[in-house]
Amino acid sequence: MPKKSDLMPGTLDMMILKTLTRGPQHGYGIASSIKRASDDVLTVEEGSLYPALQRLLLQSWVKAEWRSTETNRRARFYTLTAAGRKQLGLEHSRFEEMIAAIGRVMQDA
Amino acid sequence: MDSIARLFKKIGTLLRRERFNSELEEEMSFHREQKEKDLCEAGVAPAAAHRAVAREFGNPTRLKEQSYEVMGMRFETVWQDLHFAIRQLRRSPGFTLTAVLMLALGIGASVAIFAFVDAALIKPLPYQDPTRLADVAERGRLWPRSNLSYQDYVDWKKMNKVFSALEAYTGGGYLMKTAAGVEPVTAARVTAGFFRVLGVRPELGRDFYDGEDQPSGGDTVILTYQSWQERFGGRKDIVGQTVNLDGVPNTIVGVLPASFHFAPRGKAEFWVTLQKLNNCEKRRSCHNMFGVGRLKDGVSMQAALVDMTAVAKQLEIQYPGSNRDQGASVKPLYEQLVGDIRPILLVLLGGAVLLLVIACVNVSSLLLVRSESRKREIAVRGALGASRSRLVRQFVTESLVLVVMGGLLGLLFAEVSMQGLSRLMSKDMLASMPYLAGIALNHRVALFAVAVCVLAAGLFALTPILRVPLTTLREGLTDGGRGTAGTLWRRFGANLVVVELAVAVVLLVGAGLLGKSFYKLLHVDLAFQPDHLATMQVALPQTTYPKEPQLIAIQRKLLDRIRSLPGVQSASVTSVFPVSGNGNTDWIRIVGKPYNGEHNEVNQREVSSDYFTTLHAKLERGRFFTDDEDASKPKVVIVNKAFVRQYFPGEDPIGRVMGDGDLTAKSLRQIIAVVDDIKESSLDVDTWPAEYTPMNQGPDNYFGLVVRTSQAEGAMLPVLRATVQQVDPGIGVFDEQTQLQRINESQTAYLHRSSAWLVGGFAAMALLLGVVGLYGVIAYSVSQRTREIGVRMALGAQQSSVYRMILKEAGWLTGVGILAGLICSIAVTTLMRKLLFGIHSWDVSTLAAVAIVLGGSALLASYFPARRAASVNPVEALRAE
Repeated sequence: MPKKSDLMPGTLDMMILKTLTRGPQHGYGIASSIKRASDDVLTVEEGSLYPALQRLLLQSWVKAEWRSTETNRRARFYTLTAAGRKQLGLEHSRFEEMIAAIGRVMQDA
Repeated sequence: MDSIARLFKKIGTLLRRERFNSELEEEMSFHREQKEKDLCEAGVAPAAAHRAVAREFGNPTRLKEQSYEVMGMRFETVWQDLHFAIRQLRRSPGFTLTAVLMLALGIGASVAIFAFVDAALIKPLPYQDPTRLADVAERGRLWPRSNLSYQDYVDWKKMNKVFSALEAYTGGGYLMKTAAGVEPVTAARVTAGFFRVLGVRPELGRDFYDGEDQPSGGDTVILTYQSWQERFGGRKDIVGQTVNLDGVPNTIVGVLPASFHFAPRGKAEFWVTLQKLNNCEKRRSCHNMFGVGRLKDGVSMQAALVDMTAVAKQLEIQYPGSNRDQGASVKPLYEQLVGDIRPILLVLLGGAVLLLVIACVNVSSLLLVRSESRKREIAVRGALGASRSRLVRQFVTESLVLVVMGGLLGLLFAEVSMQGLSRLMSKDMLASMPYLAGIALNHRVALFAVAVCVLAAGLFALTPILRVPLTTLREGLTDGGRGTAGTLWRRFGANLVVVELAVAVVLLVGAGLLGKSFYKLLHVDLAFQPDHLATMQVALPQTTYPKEPQLIAIQRKLLDRIRSLPGVQSASVTSVFPVSGNGNTDWIRIVGKPYNGEHNEVNQREVSSDYFTTLHAKLERGRFFTDDEDASKPKVVIVNKAFVRQYFPGEDPIGRVMGDGDLTAKSLRQIIAVVDDIKESSLDVDTWPAEYTPMNQGPDNYFGLVVRTSQAEGAMLPVLRATVQQVDPGIGVFDEQTQLQRINESQTAYLHRSSAWLVGGFAAMALLLGVVGLYGVIAYSVSQRTREIGVRMALGAQQSSVYRMILKEAGWLTGVGILAGLICSIAVTTLMRKLLFGIHSWDVSTLAAVAIVLGGSALLASYFPARRAASVNPVEALRAE
């Protein structure tokens, strides 16, 4: 299972932002979404997740507020901001460029 | 904008740290619960799920710290580190004190020396655009830089194309009339534009105007700031007042700024124009000035030299008699001002830096020992969740605290030693190096101190970091890795000690060579007996004694009075004291020898009849002068042995006749005797051929009095002064010193002495530190090997073989250190060849002595740990583990 250090730098932040496009989510929700969406290939460790969320908060790309879950449990929900959405677009296109470039390198000549 | 918003967020977090923590805590526990719930739903037993989640989640403290590090401010953790560092250091005061003192020593010494380097070599001279100023002089056959003739100067100023201004200066002295009588004062005589070429403006009054140095210009004088303050009480209305110099009222027109100094005329208090030319300045063949030129834009020093050499060549063709072989010398003014002291300062700085290196190496090896004994602590902190970067930061903080303490103490030490060193300099020394008066802890020195501290802190932080391994947390906890780690440290620490010993050798060799040079310098063959000689300069007022007969009469009267004093054996006069330096030369031509107009330059001294007997100088052949040999008698001359070697090799000079280049009738003199080579030059230079002529055949208003006493000569100086002024209170007496003082306080002796003492001090400290370092390494190694030694002894090893084992280790380190040091010092000391006198840089006896001293001290330092090793009780040693 790839760990944080195996991910390309910046991809965790991008994936968190992407997850949040589907609506506000708490930390555990984000981690499980990513795990689910990647068919259990990517496991986000808590040790990476929370510092990453703080980083995004600091950049004002996400907002945080305390809300109740469906089970009436208090949890901190993260919401994507406009700046975050813009950043996601930027990072996504940069990521695709990168993947395409790597793909070209790895193609059989 | 963004960064400001981020900063506010960070500050917000800092202010609500509690809330941040509790929220994070809650968020994480929620995360854990959810995860546990999911696992339970998937069919895992609740207890197993709890354990699995806890394991996966890892160390919660560390997790929180990681999140906080994103959000939090650095300085908060820095503050924690600092707090902890100070506590740690206080817990081991011995270590802290030793480390801080060593650092203070190293930093203090290097900062103090750097302050001198800064004052002399880095701080710009107090002139406008000083790098464009050139020292302009003539170049003789024997002199790479010799005085400039005033007549030549006037032509040079007209004919050169490279200087926007070319001015000249020379020294001077006057008898100033004061309320108490007369006082000799030092002056400088300059051309009118002298201050303008330097770019110096008087603080009060005006500069000399153009043409003020012509005969039509008035008698005007500009004061230095110091003279204005000391002699005239800093009175604001000083401009326009008159001061009586040599009986002539001079109008004070200006006062120079306090920052002004001009080393070649450092003592001059009164600055006057060259309005009245003296006899020398009227003759082209007489040289008594130096020039200062400002290069035109775009002209280099080399181009200026080429142009001036061409000008000199032209004059040589025009005036073949006076200007034969007289070239030009043009070099940067600052080089002329500080050239003498530069190699010494650089050697001293090198010594101080080496000492600093040793101190740093010693402290870092102490830190290594400490980090070794703190391995467990580090492992525990790592296990409790301290990240590696946090641990590293802890070490950096600790070394910073050490360096800051050492640095502050070092600055204090530097300040004290700077004061001390500049107080050690005599007034005359300071006058010839006035730029050293400005020595202070200025921003450049502070910057140097900070740079040194940063380097030291970096080094100290680095050493334990190398010892904080990522992987051996468990090993550290179990305390099992002792054997291997000990070996590793021994190897590394041992290398440090070799470096230390090698540096100590370099410093010791340097100090040994300088000390030996200084000894040789003071024991140079003077060819006269320098003790029991009282000397002073005498100035006769021109108004009272205008002509030769009066001068001869007053000199006789003075000498007679002095001879009749109790305690005086003999008294004499000379135009120049011995050991003042080659100079005051004459160009000669010998009758009956081939002559092609070359300049045969010899020292010329006018002396009274019993000068040689007063000095106890040896007469080789012929006879001394008699007192009645004055202008009415045939002209005679005594030469020294160097003169005979050069001009009469294998011949008898007695009876031969010599004169000036044209052999003019009045210049002809007959050689009547040969004396020993009295040291006229400075101590480190060979004495040139010299001619001595009778004072009574050419008396002067200024002369030096040399008196041989039977009692302590220093005590006679005030008596002599009183006696002279009893004869005529109008006579000026100054520069009263014993001949030994003249020699010991000459610039050459001072520079050699101070460098020998300073480097010697550095070397002594280096020896101490190096030996202490070796002791530390061996003692540590013994303490680490106690168990091994115990086993050896239990198995039957003798005490002597344990001794041998430990001493072999020490001997190996010392041997390598000394060998490396000797090789380095041969390379290093060649760089200070300029400072050595009478010995080679590879002086074998010095090298051998250093090796023996260091080897002996090292043996002693390793003997104590060896004895401890040999007295290990095997039973205890084995049980202790």
